[in-house]
Amino acid sequence: MVPIAFYLILAAILFCIGIAAFLIKRSVITIFMSIELMLNAVNLTFVAFSHMWRAVSGQIFVFFVMVVAAAEAAVGLAIIIALFRARQTLNVDQVNLMKN
Amino acid sequence: MQLALFIIFGLLAVAGALNLLFQRHPINSALSLIVVMMSLAVLYWSLGAEFLAAAQVIVYSGAIMVLFVFVIMLLNAGEEERNTKGSKVAYIAGIPGAAAVFCLLTFVFLKEKQQLGYAMLQEMMTGAVSNLTAISHQLFTSLLLPFEVTSVLILVAILGAVVLARKEL
Repeated sequence: MVPIAFYLILAAILFCIGIAAFLIKRSVITIFMSIELMLNAVNLTFVAFSHMWRAVSGQIFVFFVMVVAAAEAAVGLAIIIALFRARQTLNVDQVNLMKN
Repeated sequence: MQLALFIIFGLLAVAGALNLLFQRHPINSALSLIVVMMSLAVLYWSLGAEFLAAAQVIVYSGAIMVLFVFVIMLLNAGEEERNTKGSKVAYIAGIPGAAAVFCLLTFVFLKEKQQLGYAMLQEMMTGAVSNLTAISHQLFTSLLLPFEVTSVLILVAILGAVVLARKEL
């Protein structure tokens, strides 16, 4: 018997680590991975609430999030490959063409 | 038993996430993200979502992370440079903001702990109806249109990936 609150707090921890990694990391691949981490944390929240309400709607929501995450990963990694071809770098600090 | 499962795999997930944050090489970050996803699959199972646990292993750690590892390999991504200054706004506003969000969420969840209730493994073990039946019933009756639209989404994503990764862009 585990309080649902513990699952939610675990999800909050993972989400905040994801935010921190998103802000600190400089490699565009790692930044993309931290987005996936945040999506996973939100999925854990959905599943915990779905268990709490004894309803499967939350699990169906997670299913759709997974589908969208898969599509997003495919397109995002293609963009990263195109970026690497154009700029020869994966460091986001050097991708500043639209800055200023 | 469920508390032990939660503590072991919750700590494993947090450790993997922190390892993602602290490792400098992208491949190490990718492998620690796989650890996070696998332990989250166990936690899904302990919450009675066995379909999602399987989907998590197959889709996330199976498909998406393999894609990530392939791209890291393809681009020959090395360690991040150490002496780059990151965005200042990220350090001034972002990190304290994330900490504040975490504190707020933890406070609210602990305050409402009694109302939120408890997760039980027992009723799932002896449960008569599998949640796979319930999910597929909803997915193929009332949510049939969104389910079919996702196939169009995946098709568009495939086309987009092929177009973006072409040589002459």
